[in-house]
Amino acid sequence: MLSALLVMAAIAIVLGAVLGFAAIKFRVQGNPLVDKIDAVLPQTQCGQCGFPGCKPYATAIAAGEATINKCPPGGEEGIQKLADLLGVDPIPFGGDTQPKPKSVAFIDENTCIGCTLCIQACPVDAIAGAAKQMHTIVAAECTGCELCVAPCPVDCISMLPIEEQITNWKWRYPVYPIQAAA
Amino acid sequence: MTEYLLILLATVFVNNIVMVKILGLCPFMGVSKKLEASIGMGAATTFVLTLASGSSYLINEYLLGPELSYLTTLSFIVVIAGIVQFTEMVVAKTSPVLYQVLGIYLPLITTNCAVLGIPLLNVQAKHNFMESIFFGMGGALGFTLVMVLFAGLRERMEGADVPVIFKGSAIAMITAGLMSLSFMGFSGLIK
Repeated sequence: MLSALLVMAAIAIVLGAVLGFAAIKFRVQGNPLVDKIDAVLPQTQCGQCGFPGCKPYATAIAAGEATINKCPPGGEEGIQKLADLLGVDPIPFGGDTQPKPKSVAFIDENTCIGCTLCIQACPVDAIAGAAKQMHTIVAAECTGCELCVAPCPVDCISMLPIEEQITNWKWRYPVYPIQAAA
Repeated sequence: MTEYLLILLATVFVNNIVMVKILGLCPFMGVSKKLEASIGMGAATTFVLTLASGSSYLINEYLLGPELSYLTTLSFIVVIAGIVQFTEMVVAKTSPVLYQVLGIYLPLITTNCAVLGIPLLNVQAKHNFMESIFFGMGGALGFTLVMVLFAGLRERMEGADVPVIFKGSAIAMITAGLMSLSFMGFSGLIK
C-alpha cells in the first residue's frame, strides 16, 4: 500500500518538474498566430473589414471573432492564404462583393432566333451556328467571359456554374504561409 | 539489429495498429480531412508514443515490478498525460499553425487508445527496453502511414461523384474498411 503511494507520488513529482520546466522554457509570448495572420494581410490599413486596421483584424481572426472573408484588397488569394494558415475551409466574400463562380454560357435552343449577334461577340469562337440557324456553345472552349450575354436580343443565354467533378477537379495550388512570417 | 528492423516492419505493416488491431480510430477519422494536419498529427503521435513506450517500460520494470502490477494502467495513463502536455507546449511554441490545425485532437492524444495500447502490449509481450521503443515507434509510424494515405484518399474523395447518402463520414468509413482489408494482405508476408 505504502509503496504504491510512493510510486505514484514519485511519478507525479517527476512529471510535475518536467512540465513546470517546459512551461517556463516553452512559454509563448502573446498569441504568435496574430503576427502570422497580420503578415498575410495586405497592410493597406483601409478599414474595409470593419476593424481599425490590419493588426486589429488579425487579432479578431485569431480570437475567432471575425471571419476570414472581410478583406477585399486581399482578394480570393488572401482568403485562400488565410484558410491555409488557419486550417479552415475558404469562404467566399459576403454581400455584393461576392466574386462569381467559374461558369460556362448556355444557349436555350428553343428560344434562340439565330441572329448571330452572340457569335460576333464571342472572343474565342466557342459558339457554333449560322444566320437563321439556332446556335450552340462549345462548352470546352467557353471561357465564361459573359460577353455574349448582353448582345442577345431574346435573352436566351444564361451562365451555368461549373460544378466540381472528378473530371475537372485538381489539386489546389500549394501555399506556404509559414515562411512569410520569418 | 535485424530483429529491430523486423519489429518495425511487423508493427508498420503486418500488425498495423489502426488497420489490423483497430486501435486509435478517433484521430484516424477526426484529423484525416487535410493532408498537412494528418502529417502533423502523425508526427505528434510518433513523438508521444515513442517517449511513452520507453518511459512506461522503465516504470513497469523498475518502479512497479510484479507486486505492484495492478498500477500499470493507472501509472501509464499518468505518464502519457504528462508527455502529451509536454508535447502540446512544444508544438504551441514551435509551430502555432500546427497547434491551431490539430486543435482539440492534440490534447486528445492522451485518450488515443493506441497510445495506451502499445505500452500495455509491450508489457504483455515482455519486450526489453529497446524492443519497447522500437515497438512504440513502429506502431506510431504505421499510424502515421495510414493517416497520411487515408487523408490523401479523402482529399481525392472531395471531388468524387459519391451518392448523396454516402457523402462524408459514411464513405470514409467504407474506405477505411477497404483499407483495413488490404492491410490484412500483409499477413500473407509471414510464411
